[in-house]
Amino acid sequence: MTTLACDVAIVGAGPAGLSAAVHAADAGLNVALVDAGTQPGGQYWRHPDESHPVPDEGEGHHGWREFTDLRSRLYAHETTGTLTYLRGTQVWLIEPARPAGVVLRLAPATDPAPAAGTVTARHVILCPGGYDRQLPIPGWDLPGVMAAGGVQALLKGNRTAAGRVAVVAGTGPFLLPVATGLAHAGVKVAAICEANSPTGWLRNAGGAVRAPAKALEGVEYATALARHRIPYKIRTAVTAIHGTDRVESVTLSRVDAHGTAIAGTQRTVACDVVALGWGFTPQLELVLAAGAETTVDVDGSLIAVVDDRLASTAPGVTVAGEATGVGGAPMAVLEGELAALCVSEALGVAAAPGGPASEGRIRALQRDRARLHRFAVAMHRANPVPANWQDWLTPETLVCRCEEVTHGALCDAHTELGAADARTLKSFGRPGMGWCQGRVCGFAVSEIAARFANRPTSADDLRSMAKRSLAAPVTLGQLAALDFDDVHEG
Amino acid sequence: MPELSLTFDGAPLSARPGQTVGAALTDAGVVAWRTTRNAGRPRGLFCGIGVCFDCLIMVDGVANQRACLTPARGGMELRSGRETEAPE
Repeated sequence: MTTLACDVAIVGAGPAGLSAAVHAADAGLNVALVDAGTQPGGQYWRHPDESHPVPDEGEGHHGWREFTDLRSRLYAHETTGTLTYLRGTQVWLIEPARPAGVVLRLAPATDPAPAAGTVTARHVILCPGGYDRQLPIPGWDLPGVMAAGGVQALLKGNRTAAGRVAVVAGTGPFLLPVATGLAHAGVKVAAICEANSPTGWLRNAGGAVRAPAKALEGVEYATALARHRIPYKIRTAVTAIHGTDRVESVTLSRVDAHGTAIAGTQRTVACDVVALGWGFTPQLELVLAAGAETTVDVDGSLIAVVDDRLASTAPGVTVAGEATGVGGAPMAVLEGELAALCVSEALGVAAAPGGPASEGRIRALQRDRARLHRFAVAMHRANPVPANWQDWLTPETLVCRCEEVTHGALCDAHTELGAADARTLKSFGRPGMGWCQGRVCGFAVSEIAARFANRPTSADDLRSMAKRSLAAPVTLGQLAALDFDDVHEG
Repeated sequence: MPELSLTFDGAPLSARPGQTVGAALTDAGVVAWRTTRNAGRPRGLFCGIGVCFDCLIMVDGVANQRACLTPARGGMELRSGRETEAPE
């Protein structure tokens, strides 16, 4: 049972949270770092169990030296007691404290023991990260179909290959490391299917050329694709997945610029793994639960509204990393530092002796952030979710995997019951009401609702699918043990 | 490194130290360990990072644990099964 009071609580130990925690502790703040994982790095720097060291710990990683530097500083702060690192811990409730500050209620991520607790902080920095955005495809519920990030997590964290023959599909640059990672692990990658066309890059080159590290990564991947003879198919999508009790094959279709499958281009490819990713969805439930304003980003994701010091509209709540707009790990690390410096200034804590003058550093970080943001926008514009993806659906296609809600059932909720927005669709059809609480189908249901109503997807559609009364599943015992009177004392 | 010995539905299952239960099952060629409530469809790993709850498994008698997050430990008893209700 944890009952902790601190200057700043940071939620998430991925690139943004790890960076925020280290820089906040460097600045002299008393820090609590809460993370669902058992070790730092988040999804991007997921690595094998540190208690069983392997010689090639950073294999397949980018920015690994930056990570190990941040990690050793984190552990050093933990040793001196400047920082408390709550591993394997999820926040299931965020509430304002009185007279000021924020209370986080905790639950263990895996251990069923009811070792919950609270952290009360003067300020909180939410760095929840994101996960692969998904579009439902006929057959996507078959075992062997995985999120691209899940396939990557098996490789990076466990050194486990998800199967023998893989098709990697969706859109965006993340498909490349997943495919090359699989090939490196001995998996035959039958195809990478990129729904968009890389010529999209040319139109947005102004943003792209300002991030040369990314261009270098591109060359690396091109070399790896050639070496492993991985076919990279543009304007191609997996439009159906086949099998009885597991994946056996996929249908690949050539698609036009709007994602409409071109008749006569279909072909079947045998595989036992399908890795799917359509960009990323930021994890917004704590942002929403904190009462902070949200908006729709260029990529169609719901994100937190923040100012140039990363303060959200909720008092005492700063947001950093993918939740302010999907921008990749370097931008997340930068935002973590920016958030930590701005919060330490706001709390009236001087920068560490010998450290950089805070205001000057803040301005430099803000400039770099603007540059990385332009790059992210260019990426998003080059890799949109195809406008006509819903044409791939059949009435039997599951949209909500948890509640087993089909596209046909959603069509009925619209035509028979008049549902024309995500919230109503959710009430009538139950998508997003199961175990994952709409994390997986939320984007798709929002788009489906918008198409029914013949209008663009709105922030309200996305919000109604992203709002969760509890941010993580808790036992009834944990709910019952709540003493609501103690909430406002801390 | 010595392998860990677990069981899955009573049959032996080995895991490398540091692996998750989901990874150990994947290495053993097992791709599904529960069935859905309505259609009885097989499910296993999907998101692989604790978001989707598709990979729920019974671990040492405790239901609904995420296989993708649960570290494998020697002597663990894993059981496949049918999905139960989500907490409301």
